[in-house]
Amino acid sequence: MNRPKTSRFIALAAASALTLGLAACGQDGGDEGGDWGDGNASGKVTLTWWHNGTAEPSLSYYQSVADAFTADHPDVTIEVTPIQNEDLQTKIIAALQGGDAPDIFAQWGGQEGTDQFNAGQVLDITQSSAAAIEAMGAAVDGWTTPEGNVYGLPFTMGIGGVYYNVDLFQQAGISQPPSTMEELADAVGKLKAIGVAPVALGGVDEWPAAHGWYWLSLRECTKDPRDHAAVTKDFSDECFVKAGEDLAAFAATSPFQEGFMSASAQQGAQSSAGLLANGQAAMELMGVWEPAVLKGLTDSGELDFELGWFSFPAVAGGKGDPKAAMGGGDGFSCWSKTEAPEVCSEFLSFIVNVDNQVAFAQTGIGVPVTPGGEAGLADEVLKTVAENTAAAPYVELWLDKLFGNNVGGALNTAVTEMLGGANTPAGIVQSLKDAAELE
Amino acid sequence: MTAVIPSEATPGTDDRAAGSGRRRPRAPRRSGLSFRTRGEIALFTGPALIVYIGFVFVPIALAAYYGFFTWNGVGAPTKFVGADNYIRAFTDPNFLKAIQHNAFYVIASLVVQGPLALLVALLINRRIRLRGMFRLLLFAPYVLSEAVAGVAWRLLLPPGGAINAILGGLGLDSWKHDWLGDPSVTNWTVLVLISWKYLGFAVVLFLAGMQSIPDELSEAASIDGAGYWQTQLRITIPLLGPTIRIWAFLSIIGSMQLFDLPYILNGGRPATGNQTMATYMMLYGQERHMYGFGSAVAVILFVLSLAVALVYQRLVLRRDTEGALTRGVF
Repeated sequence: MNRPKTSRFIALAAASALTLGLAACGQDGGDEGGDWGDGNASGKVTLTWWHNGTAEPSLSYYQSVADAFTADHPDVTIEVTPIQNEDLQTKIIAALQGGDAPDIFAQWGGQEGTDQFNAGQVLDITQSSAAAIEAMGAAVDGWTTPEGNVYGLPFTMGIGGVYYNVDLFQQAGISQPPSTMEELADAVGKLKAIGVAPVALGGVDEWPAAHGWYWLSLRECTKDPRDHAAVTKDFSDECFVKAGEDLAAFAATSPFQEGFMSASAQQGAQSSAGLLANGQAAMELMGVWEPAVLKGLTDSGELDFELGWFSFPAVAGGKGDPKAAMGGGDGFSCWSKTEAPEVCSEFLSFIVNVDNQVAFAQTGIGVPVTPGGEAGLADEVLKTVAENTAAAPYVELWLDKLFGNNVGGALNTAVTEMLGGANTPAGIVQSLKDAAELE
Repeated sequence: MTAVIPSEATPGTDDRAAGSGRRRPRAPRRSGLSFRTRGEIALFTGPALIVYIGFVFVPIALAAYYGFFTWNGVGAPTKFVGADNYIRAFTDPNFLKAIQHNAFYVIASLVVQGPLALLVALLINRRIRLRGMFRLLLFAPYVLSEAVAGVAWRLLLPPGGAINAILGGLGLDSWKHDWLGDPSVTNWTVLVLISWKYLGFAVVLFLAGMQSIPDELSEAASIDGAGYWQTQLRITIPLLGPTIRIWAFLSIIGSMQLFDLPYILNGGRPATGNQTMATYMMLYGQERHMYGFGSAVAVILFVLSLAVALVYQRLVLRRDTEGALTRGVF
């Protein structure tokens, strides 16, 4: 150091003052023309809306809802921003945390939604959207805090199941969709004989692999151990180990396509959905989004075979209800600091009114939530899913949502590891316990 | 670096010369800096300094802070857990495996890429036909972005992809693998791909180093009766030392922080057997919303890389960078 320290500090301080000054000037200038500037004075409101419908027909559907709302409310402009699903999940957290969030954003409910509510980040719409909440019934439970505050409204909910190629099943001589694990194993053998991959699986994304375990635990466990575990993170019930053993036994029959560990679920022709869409695989265990994904992976946008659906088979000796189902839903919330809370809440109700729900059902993206919306369902498979949802004694939330991102993520990883030969049924349960300790 | 005597016109060189002050003629003291000079220093260094502090130092400090909490990113971090996150990381078999994978990449990159790049550089350095084209071909993968290269290989490497089809066509059916999904081969796949990607960079670096070796030395050697390989072994390679050491440094740091290729190829997850420290951090810090734990892992990665960098600079690069290092910072 050949210079007095003080002069360095002076230089640094001067530099800081200078640049901060410049930055401040820039901000003053920039804000005047900004989105938020044209706010309340003139009575006009601009709301921003983040959703995950980046592909058609979702893209046009969301835009049409926004346009319809503006047509009813000429003073309200809605800026729609579609963001890829996985990016959206982290972007919302960052935006809420950073204090500059969109007015309306995708909300998946559950533990994370409650955390956001308790942190004062999402708007309480219990009163302002009371009519829509009442029309919806029990569906809104997942978007409600344990204290009964509603912070979001779902617009679609659906259960998972096995999507299959009816033509290939007929070729293989399978007359009835399998209803037990034994029948499923039998179908796997017949499908192998005609040279197709019986079950398509996207192992690299992990959750598709874990879905097998979710469903087997639904069949092996009564409702209580899972709900209990979601709260207490106690995974000691032996039904969880049994679910892993069932999956290991099924995997031992080599039902999956070659290279399932490196296949993604939805991207490209080599993905698991791509294989099913192009007739190279016969079935896939998936959520209600599957038909839309499959159509997006063909050249024509349509499937050249008949798509069927059956609910996850029963397990002999399992304690769970064989009609129980699992699924999830998508909804929207308002930001607590939105400039127009009433308008925002009204828009949430507008999204789920019967007309918009019928239009949503007509797109074939999913199953609507508000009663009356199902009238728009044209797709036979989605109709079947809607009927089975209504007939299920109860619908469990996807386990990775029920257990939360951390434990749920550890579950997805551990199950995939087991299918790759690097974990065991007991090891999966141990991974769940380890992850729970991290919280 | 030569000893630049700082003048008013080159205020920026002051700091670098300061570190070398011990053995070089001491630069004249500049205690009488004019207000104007100070203003200039402030003007030129200020913006960069603010950006550097705001986007490098503050995030590091925040990560260190969050690393002591269990925090899912909603609300303020309140659940203080002390060093728990660090203890958990170092007792998690998957993180220990990730460290092993990084160590594998560090060592294997040096062992595979170094000699190979040297050999190629020596060959290309001769006056052969199409030399320019060879250089271009070798350097092309390095210019390609990691994301593009990753997506391209992801399409080529699946079981039903082009690579296995070529192997089958050559009658090498037993060589076919699920290159991105079989945990026993994924690390080798990644090693081959990073070698393919970064070999060109090493070659270009070595070629540049060779240009600075005077021809007179090899001419003198050949007059004394030295053969081609003898000349390379005794003259070119020893004189290339500084370049090789700098390349090794870059390679080590790159291998320790390896993220983009494995992440794009197959996620770099535990199930595919090629998780690295950086993809482990991403898994917890992003997907699982364990921002506290993820921050702790980020700090571990930072400290490990910094430690390796400092030790390497002190022990290996010392001769090459004499005078260019700032002393007494850490």
